[in-house]
Amino acid sequence: MAKRQKVLVLYLKFPSLEAEVISWATFDGTGKKLHMTGDSDTPPYPTGLDALLDGWRLFQASQAIPEQPGEEYRTSYLKHEFFFEKLEEGDF
Amino acid sequence: MAEFASSGCLFFDELIDEQTNKEFLDDIGHTDIDKADSVNDFYKNIKATSSIPRIPAGTPLKEAFPKNSPLDKIFKNEVVEGAITSLVGSNTIVDHQFLHITFPTKYFNQANQRQMSQANHQDSTIDPRSTFDVQLFYFPTEVTKEMGGTRYHPGTHLRIVNEMAIAKYQNILGQKSIVCKPGTIGIFHSGLWHGAGVNFSENIRYMFKVRLQPTEKQELLWDPEKKYQPLPNRALYWTDETKDQTINDILMRSYPWQEADTNRLDKINVVKFWRLLTGHKKMDVDYWLTRIENELY
Ligand SMILES: [Fe+2]
Repeated sequence: MAKRQKVLVLYLKFPSLEAEVISWATFDGTGKKLHMTGDSDTPPYPTGLDALLDGWRLFQASQAIPEQPGEEYRTSYLKHEFFFEKLEEGDF
Repeated sequence: MAEFASSGCLFFDELIDEQTNKEFLDDIGHTDIDKADSVNDFYKNIKATSSIPRIPAGTPLKEAFPKNSPLDKIFKNEVVEGAITSLVGSNTIVDHQFLHITFPTKYFNQANQRQMSQANHQDSTIDPRSTFDVQLFYFPTEVTKEMGGTRYHPGTHLRIVNEMAIAKYQNILGQKSIVCKPGTIGIFHSGLWHGAGVNFSENIRYMFKVRLQPTEKQELLWDPEKKYQPLPNRALYWTDETKDQTINDILMRSYPWQEADTNRLDKINVVKFWRLLTGHKKMDVDYWLTRIENELY
């Protein structure tokens, strides 16, 4: 039996796992499903907490970085990023 | 104009007439997918036979297309001309043009290739200017949902990012895909996040794009008589719901993908953009800028 990693990335409305999902990405290392940009219009979970409740393990979260002086109102990338994983066993 | 300032995009459904669409498709040698062997050969044929000219970057739009060619007719359409003049002025120049062709599944199966959508991106490169370019899209055929028309994210145009660095956002709440009738024209602010979808239909999908640059300040180009006046302040939070909707409601629109905190910065940036578009350098909507500009030290 081998192990493969599935990765779920959630972008939340504010930096707490209770917050609603506003953007999401899935990468399936088992090869069972090929995910791609624009493949779903509905988030896989309503909030980050719901992903935990479904067995996803959080392994990285974005830090709070103070805005650069003089650039406080500049907007750019989505801010509240959370990486989750699930390990799946099987014959791959 | 407020709609463009807020969402970064405008659409004109079925604007170009059937005859011109047909002329455009005939001109590029539109054919069944069975007759198109490879993407490269298909492009080679179009480049060899169509009237779409090679336009050196920086050419005035007025001199870009051969007289009476389908593209000349499209740019002389009074709505297209009016929109371009309003956004980038009457002396706009061509940055580049391209005929985007998205092949259906059958082609990828034949070629034994993985059929993937294009990731989300912002075109060109990091662009912190106040000046903006526009990208005009022309769809000569119908685009159905399964044809995977251009995916776009309304309200993202003022976020400054580095091209493909947003590719990891596979799906974004509120994402839209262009589904349209033949002859539809779309206009994007050059900062709008977007990507091409996958074509699961039986037919080839075409999208002709031109990027246009202004040569003058984009201030009230849409209001030649310079009549625009900002609306007075209104009550905040403890509001009067009986009042009619105004353009300030368009400018203050939130989008589902915006974070709770950054949503306020997005609004501030729309007001700053509106200041540039109107020339009213102190105007405000809902006190977002007045509050933080009240610095007494
Ligand atoms: Fe693009």
